[in-house]
Parts: sequence; structure tokens; C-alpha cells
Amino acid sequence: MSQETFAHVSNLVIPTATVIYVLAMAAHAMEWATGRAAKTPAVQAEQPAEVLVGAAASTAGAAGAGASGSRGAAADGVPAGAGDAAEKAAAASRVGLLLTWLAFLLHLAGVLTRGLAAGRVPWGNMYEFSITSSLAVAVVYLAFVHRYKLQWLGLGVTLVIAAVLGLATLLLYTPAGPLVPALHSYWLVIHVSAAAISGGAFTVGALISILYLVKSRAERRVLAGGIMSPSLKRLPSAEAMDGTAYKVLAFAFPLWTFGVLVAGPIWAEYAWGRYWGWDPKEVWALVTWVVYAAYLHARATAGWRGRPAATIAIVGWLVFLFDFVGVNLLVSGLHSYAGV
Amino acid sequence: MTEIKDRVVAPSEEPPSEPPALGLIGWLRWTWRQLTSMKTALVLLFLLALGAVPGSLIPQTAIDPVKVADFFEAHPKLGPFYDKLGLFAVYKSAWFSAIYLLLFISLIGCVVPRLQVYLKALRARPPKPPRNLNRLQGYQSFEVEGGTDVLAAAATELRRRRFRVESYDGALGAERGYLREAGNLLFHFSLILALIGVAWGALFGYRGTVLVVVGNGFSNTVAQYDDFTPGRVFTPDDLPPFTLHVKDFEAKFQTDGPQRGAAREFNANITYSETPDSPDKAYDLRVNHPLKVDGTSVHLLGHGYAPRVTVKDGKGQVAFSGPSPFLPQDSNFSSFGVVKAPDARPVQLGFEGFFLPTAVIDQRGPTSVFPDDLNPALVMTAYYGRPATEDGKPESVYQLDKSKLTQFGDGKGDKLRFQLAPGQSITLPNGAGSLTFDGYSRWVKLQISHTPGLDLALGGILLAILGLMGSLFIHPRRTWVRVRTKDGRTVVEVAGLDRGPERGLGDEIQAIAEVLKKKQEQP
Ligand code: HEM
Repeated sequence: MSQETFAHVSNLVIPTATVIYVLAMAAHAMEWATGRAAKTPAVQAEQPAEVLVGAAASTAGAAGAGASGSRGAAADGVPAGAGDAAEKAAAASRVGLLLTWLAFLLHLAGVLTRGLAAGRVPWGNMYEFSITSSLAVAVVYLAFVHRYKLQWLGLGVTLVIAAVLGLATLLLYTPAGPLVPALHSYWLVIHVSAAAISGGAFTVGALISILYLVKSRAERRVLAGGIMSPSLKRLPSAEAMDGTAYKVLAFAFPLWTFGVLVAGPIWAEYAWGRYWGWDPKEVWALVTWVVYAAYLHARATAGWRGRPAATIAIVGWLVFLFDFVGVNLLVSGLHSYAGV
Repeated sequence: MTEIKDRVVAPSEEPPSEPPALGLIGWLRWTWRQLTSMKTALVLLFLLALGAVPGSLIPQTAIDPVKVADFFEAHPKLGPFYDKLGLFAVYKSAWFSAIYLLLFISLIGCVVPRLQVYLKALRARPPKPPRNLNRLQGYQSFEVEGGTDVLAAAATELRRRRFRVESYDGALGAERGYLREAGNLLFHFSLILALIGVAWGALFGYRGTVLVVVGNGFSNTVAQYDDFTPGRVFTPDDLPPFTLHVKDFEAKFQTDGPQRGAAREFNANITYSETPDSPDKAYDLRVNHPLKVDGTSVHLLGHGYAPRVTVKDGKGQVAFSGPSPFLPQDSNFSSFGVVKAPDARPVQLGFEGFFLPTAVIDQRGPTSVFPDDLNPALVMTAYYGRPATEDGKPESVYQLDKSKLTQFGDGKGDKLRFQLAPGQSITLPNGAGSLTFDGYSRWVKLQISHTPGLDLALGGILLAILGLMGSLFIHPRRTWVRVRTKDGRTVVEVAGLDRGPERGLGDEIQAIAEVLKKKQEQP
């Protein structure tokens, strides 16, 4: 195929993937809505029991106990006997995941053909950067979805990816073309892939942390005698979500360290003759790194576990976003890409 | 139960919050304990993150002095105030240094005692089971037929799962994941190593730039640099005595498509010799392809045009001849520069204007529409003045001091302005002289830098990542098995304790219990 054909294919496939992500999002939205409707007596009856597990888990958290209980809640997800609605919600969740896989494959094809069309790695400008980094979010989510039972995160993930792809296609589109000389280097490939994949994991970690805050608030309300909405009940216990967020971020952190503190400086040394120059992109990458280091510390510090740690994880993600997007748009520096 | 609550990491997690009433020593000890506590580390990390931010939003002298000057002009009140706070040189400011120095003191104070604790813990045996196993994680209890080999089977199974196992009376204690803390310590120590590497480079290194017109050379002495930033303890003797010669420079640009004019390839063809008497070697200097000589790197940072002109004065004598580097002002290399002939007589001459590699004339006047030299032109205006007296003051080669000069008129009431193609000349009014546009050369901007300690910094970070992976992915945990006889039956209890931050042992305890049950069924 010629480069133009590749470019055409990419331009067709990316919007199609976007639409399918939106469909996946709709399926997951249905999952949440059906969960909400599942106010059968069975659910109501079950509630106190599960709440007890959650409560035991959170009070025993410091001693490290109770995790097997939360595991159970996470695995079950759908309380037994919730009936029709729960089954429907589970089916919607499966459809959502299936559509996400389909959209991901098209998305991947779109990014690959874009690279073939340009004859280089597909991240030479903001458009390519957006489609590639949103692909990284999908990669991380699909890589972890079974291992950590993340189906409940489908709505958030598809929402983020569809939004990024939609904005990229509508606002940032640039026709394919080769790179400016400063971007020619295999260290660039290593540097950006590591940064993009860890960025995908930061995103997934932040989504989990947001839902963690929601869920732990609901759990506290229940302890104070309130009731939890059934769609929140479908989520794993806050305890388990906290552990999952940690695992995802623990995967991201060394990779980010490698990407921005090893591969990036090596590349900068080749390209500009200084491995670190306090360029705005570098500064914000370091700030991101420091915030996530603080997150890992917070989880080991009395009084900082749980909600404060989750808040730091979300702040870290915002800082990361600013580094990835805001710096390119707002601050000038050596890292500015062609055709923003 | 305190022993059980403890994580692998115990020291100074929660410092006493009240300062002691005891004299100086007590007070010092209290301060030290505060400084090396986890909470202080957290606060310092946040301060570091926060402190780094202004440097990315406010122009920095070290990166772009021109922008700093612009800032002073635009904000006459705020500028000096920011300056006092060190906001134009954040990463060298006292307060930023204080944050990271405190952080690293805290780090050392935190890690060294932990190393001692860890070395002791390494030799310790897995502890006895606590009295009430049923309070622990994943607790399992089941009965088996009378055999006493349950413990032996459990020991085998736990060893297979790479636990360290210790036998007690009727019970087993098992532990694994000792390397997690080792990884964590390696990580923190390697950070110190990396920082030493960085500091080394900042103290002993240097960096400078020089603009070399194609056809000319450069020899590595401080005097030859256009600008030079030495590290704090650098001495000029540290400069290796190499020379280089730029033979040719080639630039390729995209000629079609939407990214027309974007740079595609630069290549400077140079020869160099490491010492005055060593033989010349050839090298292709490109972006991402620096030259290394004697521990020093030479990078190609930029390029531009240097028009070659000959200026003759009113007496017909050559007052100036040669290339003058012009500085590119936009992506199409409209380049601004000056030509000076202070020795011209009877009046001295000066010229100022643009070199346009691909000149067109539009409403705004002549501009360049492409960075390559498709239709080169020189567009200038001319000045004259009384012969200059040598005052020894250094003058910029890119600017004309017009305070004592008068601009030539074109005889029709306008200022004189002329456009020349290569080979063309202009004769100045009043027999003041002439200027011939002989042609043009290219110039390259080279950066010469030496950063010692680079390997240490890089090695430190790589070790840190290795330690980090150990710290984050190794899961320290304990497992206990106890066997009791009750009414002639044997009751087996299994339970565990998660000692890492992951929260949870998963199905491990249950899996161990299953194995033990199976062993019983088929002895
Ligand atoms: C330059 C500053 C520092 C950075 C970038 C940093 C980074 C990190 C990171 C990324 C972790 C996570 C790895 C893990 O969970 O094992 C960690 C853990 C830890 N850090 Fe630091 N650290 C710094 C300074 C300090 C200081 C000053 C202390 C002493 C108070 C400290 C004590 C600890 C401890 C005890 C852990 C283990 C936490 C756990 O058990 O999960 N760190 N650090």
C-alpha cells in the first residue's frame, strides 16, 4: 500500500473506533443504570451483610486484615439474588467490554497505519500524540481488566478515550508528514512509549481513585445508617479499589521513572547536549514524578492512607495531564511539537 | 500484638509531636526525629513539587535571558520583586536548594537507620504464630485424620512457595519477601548516588556555544566562545585542546505538502583533530549525532546564512570584505544582520538589513517564503558617520550603534534602501563608497559541553529503578500453620499476614490449606 492509502485508512478507522468506543460507553452506562434499577428486596436484604464486610475491612486495614473479605466482594460484584436487573447489568458490562476490544483493535490499526503513512513513529504532533496516548489508556485497561477485575471501570475508561479521540479528530487533525530532525532517534521511541504507557496507567489509576472516593463516601454513609445506591453496590469495596489503584500506579511509577528520568535525559543529551535543562516539559514531568512518590509515601504513612492518598493520586494525574497537554499548548519550550 | 501490626518498615513513622522539655540534646534529637520522619518527607516532597512549578511559568535567565529582559520591561514593579525572590533562577535559588537539601538530609537520616534494622531483620527467623490465628487474614481451619506429618507437608509446601520456614512446637512460622525492603533501601540510596552525579556535573562541567561560518574553524579556548557557562570549580585548563573545521553544511527542507518548509535534515561536514599535532579526522555532525572528543561533546544546535560583501570607501579602498553572520528571525530564515566598515574614509560606513534566502516582495515589503536559498537577496539600508575613535569598548557584531551615525537618503526625500542579488553592487550617494554582494555562506551554531558525573547519575537512576521494582513488586508476607489434637482428631489452622502495602493475600492461604487437605486424603 502507498503512504496515501495508509493515511486514508487511518483517517477512516480512527473515527470508526471513536464511534465504537461511544457505543461501548453506552453499554457501560446501561450497566450502571440497570444496577441503579435493581432495587429488589433481595438486594436490600443483602446490604447489611456486605456493609459489615466492608466495615470490618476498613477498620482492620491498618493491621492488614480483612482483604480476603474484600476480595470476595470484588469477585462477586453482583450480589447473589439481585435478580433480573443484576443479570442485565452483567450482560451490559460484557457487551461493553466486547465493544471496547473491537474499538481498541480498530484504534490500534488506526495508529499503526498513521505511522506507516508518515513513515515514522506516530507521535510527531498533537493529533498523533492524542491518538497514541489514548491508545495507551486502552492498552493498560485491557491488560489489567481480567487480572484485577476492572470491568466496573469500563464507563470511565471508554468515556476518556472517546473524548480524547473525538477532540483529536475534530480539533487537532494534521495530515501525515515526516518528522523534524530533532525528533529522529530511537531514544525518542523508547522515551515516548514509556511515558505514554505510564500515562495510560496514571489515567486508569486516577479513574479508580475517583470511584474509590465515591465508594468510600458511600460506605461511610452506610456506617452512619444511610443506604447505598445499588449501582455503587456493584462496585468492589473501597478497600479493594484502593489496593487495585495501588497496583496500577505501582506499575506506572517505575516505568515513568525510566521514561522521564532515563530515556528522556539520554535523548536530550544526544539532541541538545544537556541531559536536563529545566525545560517546562521536564519540570512538569519531574513534578508528576514527585507527586506520585508522595502518593507511595502517603500509603505508608499513618493518617495518610485511604482518602488522602487517593486525592494525591488524582492530583498526580492532573499534573501529568498538564505536562502532556497543557505545557504543549500554554508554555513554549524545546519540546513543542510541530503542527499543534 | 504490636509485632503483628508492624510493617517491615517501622522506624520513625510517627514521631512524637510534642517537643520535649529536655535541654539542647533532647531538643536536637527531637528536631532530627521530626526531620527524618515520613510525614516530613511527604511535606518536603510536596514543597519540591510546588517549588519547581514557578520556574516553568516565569522566564528563566539560564534558559532565555531575552525573555527575562522582556518581562522586566513589561512588569516594571513585579520584575525586581520576582528577582529578589530568585524567581528568574528558581533552580539555583537558595530556597529551592534548601528544599532539596533538607529532603536529602531527611533521606539519609531515614535510610541509614533502616539499613541497620534491615540487616538485623535479615538474620531473624520467621516468628512464632500468635495465639489467636483466627484473627488473621485468610484464616482456615479444618480437621484431618490423626497424622502428625501435616507440619512436614506444610513445610514442604511453604518452601516450594519460597517461604523461609521455622519449626516451633506444633506449629510453623514462615515468611517471604525479605527483598522488598532491600529494594526500597537500594532505591533511596541510589537516589543519593544519582544526585551526587548531577552535582558533580554542575560543579566540574562547562557548556558554551560558538557560531562558525562554513569554511572557518574553531579551537577550544575560552576566548573563542560566543558564550560560555563554566561550572563552579571549572578552570580553563580543563578544556581539551581540540580544533575543528567546518567544511560544508547541508540543509534539506520539505518542498511540498502542508508541512512545506519544515526542516528535514541538517548535516555539517567537519574535520577535527584532538590535539594540535594529531591528524585530522572527518565527521558528519548532525542533530542527534554529536561528536565526542576527549570527553567533550560537540552538538549542532542551529544554522543560518552569512552574506559575503565587499565594502569600498570613498577613496576606493576595501574597508571591509568577508562573511557576516545574520540571525534568522522566522522559520523561513529572514535573517537580520549588520555590516560594519569603521575604517572607511573619509566617512565610516555601516549597513543594516535582511538576508532573504527565498525573497518575494509583498505588501509588507520583501520577505522570505522558504528557508532554503532559492532566490537569495540582500535588503539593506546604509549609514555614515565621522571616523570612529578607538575606545576599546566591545561591540555586538549583530547590532549597529546608530547613535553617532546618519542614514543615507535616496535623493528623493526617502531613506536609502536597496535590494541586491548575488554579484550586484550599489554605489552610495555623495561618493561615499560602494557595497558589493559577493555571495553568501552558511554558518552553524555549535555547542561544546562537558558533563562529568553523567554515568554516575544515569547508573544511580537505573539502580534506583531496579530497587523500585523490588520494592513495589515483591510482596512480603507471613504464613503460620498450627496443628492441635482435640478429642483424638487433628485440627489444622492456617493463617497469614500481609506485610506490604498491597492489602490482601489473595487466595494463597486457601490454596495452602487445600494442598494440606489433599495430602491427607492420599497419604
Ligand atoms: C528524594 C526524596 C524521596 C523520594 C523520591 C522517595 C520515593 C519513594 C518511593 C517512590 C517509594 C515507594 C517505593 C515503596 O513503596 O517501597 C518510597 C518508599 C518509602 N520511602 Fe521514600 N522517597 C524519598 C525520601 C524519603 C525519606 C526522606 C524517607 C524517610 C522518612 C523515606 C522513607 C520511605 C519509606 C519508609 C518507604 C517505604 C514505604 C512502604 O513501606 O511502602 N523516603 N519512597
